[in-house]
Amino acid sequence: MSKRLVNILTPIFAVILGIIFGTIIMLVSGYNPIEAFIALGQGAFGDVYQIGEVVRQVTPYILAGLAVAFAFRVGLFNIGVEGQFIVGWLAAVWVGVTFDLPAIIHLPLAILAAMIAGGLWAFVPGLLKARFRVHEVIVTIMMNYIALHTVNYIVNTKMNQGSSKTAKIHETASLRSEWLSDFTTGSSIHWGIIIAIICCFIMWFLLEKTTRGYELRAVGFNQDAAHYAGMNVNKNIILSMVISGCFAGIAGAMEGLGTFGYMAVQGGFTGVGFNGIAVALLGGNTALGVFFAALLFGILKIGALSMPLAGVPKELVDIIIALIVFFVASSYIIRIVLERFSKKEVK
Amino acid sequence: MKKRKIGMALSLVLAAGTLLGACGKSDNKDTDTSKGGDKEKAFSVAMVTDVGGVDDKSFNQSAWEGLQKFGADNGLKKGQGGFDYLQSTSDADYTTNLNSLARKGFDLVYGIGFLMHDAVDGIAKQQPKTNFAIIDDEVKQPNVASVLFKEQEAAFLAGVAAALTTKTNHIGFIGGMEIPVIERFEAGFLAGVQAAKPEVKVDVKYSGAFDKAELGQTIASTMYASGADVVFHAAGATGNGLFKEAGDLKKKDSAREIWAIGVDRDQNDMGPDVVLTSAIKRVDVAVVDIANKAKDGKFPGGETAIYGLQEDGVGLAPINAKAANKDAIDKAVKEWVEKIKSGNVKVPGTRDELKTFSAK
Repeated sequence: MSKRLVNILTPIFAVILGIIFGTIIMLVSGYNPIEAFIALGQGAFGDVYQIGEVVRQVTPYILAGLAVAFAFRVGLFNIGVEGQFIVGWLAAVWVGVTFDLPAIIHLPLAILAAMIAGGLWAFVPGLLKARFRVHEVIVTIMMNYIALHTVNYIVNTKMNQGSSKTAKIHETASLRSEWLSDFTTGSSIHWGIIIAIICCFIMWFLLEKTTRGYELRAVGFNQDAAHYAGMNVNKNIILSMVISGCFAGIAGAMEGLGTFGYMAVQGGFTGVGFNGIAVALLGGNTALGVFFAALLFGILKIGALSMPLAGVPKELVDIIIALIVFFVASSYIIRIVLERFSKKEVK
Repeated sequence: MKKRKIGMALSLVLAAGTLLGACGKSDNKDTDTSKGGDKEKAFSVAMVTDVGGVDDKSFNQSAWEGLQKFGADNGLKKGQGGFDYLQSTSDADYTTNLNSLARKGFDLVYGIGFLMHDAVDGIAKQQPKTNFAIIDDEVKQPNVASVLFKEQEAAFLAGVAAALTTKTNHIGFIGGMEIPVIERFEAGFLAGVQAAKPEVKVDVKYSGAFDKAELGQTIASTMYASGADVVFHAAGATGNGLFKEAGDLKKKDSAREIWAIGVDRDQNDMGPDVVLTSAIKRVDVAVVDIANKAKDGKFPGGETAIYGLQEDGVGLAPINAKAANKDAIDKAVKEWVEKIKSGNVKVPGTRDELKTFSAK
């Protein structure tokens, strides 16, 4: 069985296994799994409105997933996507609120600001890793807390417009559109999905089709070999973290310019960055894989909101998601099983 | 090459399966709702929780208890066409949840908590046929009823009880997020302490969240360790950590006199040995009240109802029988209730008002 096929089949089996085990848990705890899944399906695809909400939820997941996946391809664990996401969100809203520009400049400027903010936030751990070999996992986790509380402070003191949130961004910086909203009978869908898809393409192109991407991947495969081949490992480490942070920053811009149109004080982490890790893992760290994995997570998350209407606690969906991640992480088992099968075929 | 094709085919089949499955489901649902619409004319009501969740032991739970009571009184069943709730896990879910409930045909949908202000405002415009109500904030729309509480009055009484209980003359206050609602709790509590025993010192700490019990426990632990013997929380599910910490300390050393004061509902069940009393905010009363009005066709849309001591919308839970000077506290609380109800004392609702507050 080809390696590529195994790579595609592993996440699919993980999802199926996750759903099977989720079903068992529901049966054991006395819930009706069929009703639960119907409620989930209705919650995600019941009508065009729900589909709009799914697309809205998928948008930041794609970008956060890309951010994690990009760093991972270069051999780095960017656990700091959450923090980069939050600073990106603030930067985008700040530009959206402060400036008065025509839409054609304002919107790109707001997104660019989010990219820069996210990129800078990721530059610090990248630099520390490259110069002093400080482990990026620890630095990025800590940077998450710094981001959360600094941003809360800024929103609360500098940009507060009453009830702990910023003013609404100007219409010219908004990703929302009447047309899209009407088309989905009033959902909070916005144009961000187009940006997310473009970013998928950028990630694929950058890694697979450019010399720089080849270098980045080489560093990911084997730093020593890359170094021996004359590549500047440190530069590539920093670069990959910054690009990863840019993706995360854009994800934040999606919330700031699309979903909300403002930034409120966050009681805790939004979870988008952490879901991004799961999305990247499930998507095998490829652009296309991330896209589909984000789609699945978006469907599960939005669908789960309607599950209490069927009398099933929506925490069960969190369990199913956790199980899927578990099975992807332990894909080793699935791989072995698949290989057994393919060997038998050969005989 | 061949295998690759098989792989492609397989994934296509899987993808098609999901899509078709989805179509089938949506068909079912459509017929369901249309049937429901024709048959049921009973009044139905639902609520959306904030991130604390329906079992936060305080705010959201209180609202849900009100809804359950309303359902029982009117013979409604949980579910569509009766009464139900949806939970939010992040701010992004508010709009989706409110809209889902409006679309399911509920006549009245509650947004529980000030965090939902923008979501209720937006959805009320989109769904003009549904009535909405928001707790703890004002939304100026013809189809939205706003409910505010005079939390400061309940907190004031809690402050009196705390001041009369403390032996170390040191009290703690744990707030959730720094928002107007919690500021009312803080101002009222501080005023109450000041009125009963001016020399008592109060530590004020904000956890920044309503759903982080572990954070509440850390803050409570610091407060108790630094000498506070009564701690009041107005932090939703974050406050559950306070009861955990107080209970643990009591278990370790049962002679130690420490107390916690609950919020929103009578939280005595969180630790019968350590909960002194609770500053009650009858979200359940308000929820039932608005639902009844709406059912009778007198929905107070566009209006703001304020529930205070006078309206029995806030109050103090019974003082724990294990408190040494329960009688003295009861007496003092009763006196203050009279003074507040008669309007002789105006409890401050903001920090600025607190500065100029003086109890006579």
